[in-house]
Amino acid sequence: MSMAFLVTSETLSNLVQETVPPYVSHGIFHGIFDELLGGGLLGTLASIALGTMVIAGFASGLPAFWTWAERRIAGRIQQRPGPNRVGPFGLLQAIADGVKLLFKEDIIPANASRLLFMLAPGIVLAGTFGTFAMLPLSPNGIVVTAPLGIYIIVSLMALEVIGVIMAGWASNNKWSILGAMREAAQMVSYEVPMGLCILLVVLATGHLDLQGVVQEQEGGFLHVGNWMIFRSGPMLFPWGLVAFVVFYISLLANTKRAPFDLPEAESELVSGYHTEYSGMRFSFFFLAEYAAMFLVSGLAVCMFLGGWNLPFVPATFFRENGMIGELLACAVMILKSFFLVFVMVWLRWTLPRIRVDQVMGLCYKYLTPIAFVCLVAAILTEGLAEGSS
Amino acid sequence: MSQPGELTESITEDGEREFVLDVRTQDMQINMGPQHPSTHGVLRVVITADGEIITSAIPYMGYIHRCAEKIGESVDYDMFVPYTDRYDYLAAMNNNVGYALTVEKIMGLEVPPRATWLRMIVSELNRVGSHLVAFGSYGMDLGAFTPFLYGFREREWMMSLFEKICGARLTYSYVFPGGVTNDAPEGWFDEVLQFCDVFDKKWREYDALLTRNKIFIERTKNVGIVSSDLALQFGWTGPCLRASAVRYDLREAQPYMFYDQVNFNVPIGRGEMGSIGDCWDRYQVRMLEMLQSTRIVRQCVERCLADTSPGEVRTTLKSLKTAPSEAYVGIENPRGELGHYIMSDGSDTAYRCKIRGPSFCNLSILTEILPGCMLADVVAIIGSIDIVLGEVDR
Repeated sequence: MSMAFLVTSETLSNLVQETVPPYVSHGIFHGIFDELLGGGLLGTLASIALGTMVIAGFASGLPAFWTWAERRIAGRIQQRPGPNRVGPFGLLQAIADGVKLLFKEDIIPANASRLLFMLAPGIVLAGTFGTFAMLPLSPNGIVVTAPLGIYIIVSLMALEVIGVIMAGWASNNKWSILGAMREAAQMVSYEVPMGLCILLVVLATGHLDLQGVVQEQEGGFLHVGNWMIFRSGPMLFPWGLVAFVVFYISLLANTKRAPFDLPEAESELVSGYHTEYSGMRFSFFFLAEYAAMFLVSGLAVCMFLGGWNLPFVPATFFRENGMIGELLACAVMILKSFFLVFVMVWLRWTLPRIRVDQVMGLCYKYLTPIAFVCLVAAILTEGLAEGSS
Repeated sequence: MSQPGELTESITEDGEREFVLDVRTQDMQINMGPQHPSTHGVLRVVITADGEIITSAIPYMGYIHRCAEKIGESVDYDMFVPYTDRYDYLAAMNNNVGYALTVEKIMGLEVPPRATWLRMIVSELNRVGSHLVAFGSYGMDLGAFTPFLYGFREREWMMSLFEKICGARLTYSYVFPGGVTNDAPEGWFDEVLQFCDVFDKKWREYDALLTRNKIFIERTKNVGIVSSDLALQFGWTGPCLRASAVRYDLREAQPYMFYDQVNFNVPIGRGEMGSIGDCWDRYQVRMLEMLQSTRIVRQCVERCLADTSPGEVRTTLKSLKTAPSEAYVGIENPRGELGHYIMSDGSDTAYRCKIRGPSFCNLSILTEILPGCMLADVVAIIGSIDIVLGEVDR
């Protein structure tokens, strides 16, 4: 029985060093545990664990900021002040809300499937927060450098659907199950155009990890010319820009943001799949949604908007200035992502909600064919470039 | 035959065992309301849905029944006025006017012209306010939050105008049998004109934000189409009926007060975006009516200031007793024909007080037009009919 514990760390690291490095390796915290733990697997695991903790802290700070920011922006749009009582400019509002949610009674409906009901918010949260480990914020600022980063991100994001369906099913509420059904249909459908846009970026850059994708976008005219969004192909067809728009719309649908917020459409389905949730369990869904907003925006920035690259600034600036360069790159990355999140908020407070059949129609009649055209254009462009060189 | 969910076993010709599980789908019965965010109050609709498609829908009401008619038969005529505020709480002025006109008809009372002009001003202003709520909450039903607050911004000003003239912001009791409670305070007419001018500008904002929004049009065009025949069969009145291209507005068809002395158009549904009588038409008729209302208000203010002198706004009631008689007066409420029927037996209370509520009649069509729609269309259709549950149940 205790055999499992007798395996020494050397054996384990020997075992894993052969299998792990090609797929996953340590990122920004690489090396800090090597002396302490003798390198190898334990060092890798420890650095990943530390990195995950740091990034999880970052990821849970984001929703706190964005719930406040969204309400303030909504206030501006609707000619009212928004939350301004708790702390300076109401900045501590999120903490007050969090305390309130913590102290609320944890209600599980009598006829709910208890285990699934309790598990669902955790899965949704884990799927979203886990993805942050693969999102590079600066040239070396990544927790886990994985050559297949984009694949891992997409598969982890898809985990959310399972959590949502579990929540809807386990609640034993008709509105919840309807919301979960909508969510499942919507997420699965919109992964098609999203996947095509990702494929296009992978094709054009030749990388499956986001760091590589960003590196491929360095340089060019005014240091923006190589950004994916400005790439164009045969007959000047701006496939980069078109694919970015398609990708962004798919992201809106994937994060259930307006006008695609049907799974939780409060005027139709009361609250959708989280109707029966309250207190901290509810806030897990909430945290996951706001974290996902930043995450997918970061993804879009890395893939189409040149990551941390800035116009007029050579890419080497971020690479060769040590910690300062890294921090500046991180700031640029976060600001760019914040802009995309702001657009999401802006859209939410402007647009009505689309109907279920129209959501599907938009996906399969418009976005998917357009994404295909962009993909073909990208293939032709890259192929012509290969041929001429 | 097998029962749903039953597993049957048989032996095929090849001697293999074959299992057949009888799986059937079942329509889902959903109880929408009375606690639901977009049934505009305590309406309950029992929906049977095949996935997202509605197969049947039955509205149930009565959750805020407050015996308005019975109270009308138990209290004196003038004491019933505050109750009229409360059945259609979004258009209290119009209700006051409807009841006051009926009692005046039964008593044979003459009202000073200034009171009539004031009644017209306040009922048109209240029509604007009521349609603003319809506009805002319709946006909300379809998932757009911002129009709601834009609508309420202007409605707030309208309510402060009413506050200045009668002291109340929602339940006014300003118009009562015999006139109105008091004359307009100083500067009130100027502010009303100012409100009309600002409102017409803001109206263009609503038009750009919601009316011409592509998603909004997609959600409302060709949804919940009601033909003029169907609308007439179900006794529809008001903007909903006019959206089905029936030009019937009591202010024009049977002018009461001084509506025959002012100029205004009656907007009807044209099927601009989809078909005649769809949700978008009903919405747009309301939007256009608001502009007509400000137009009427301007003319009324002008005539009121030119033709009448301040102070004469009420006649004194000598006695509440009337000769045994009966009277029916229908007026154009923001939601349709609001009728009061009063039968008097000679005492100082009504023998019978019957109220014909427009929302009640408009609501009954739900069983007819909801089947076949999608679940999301239910809120679009209920919102476009613009019901006030207080008046449905009374």
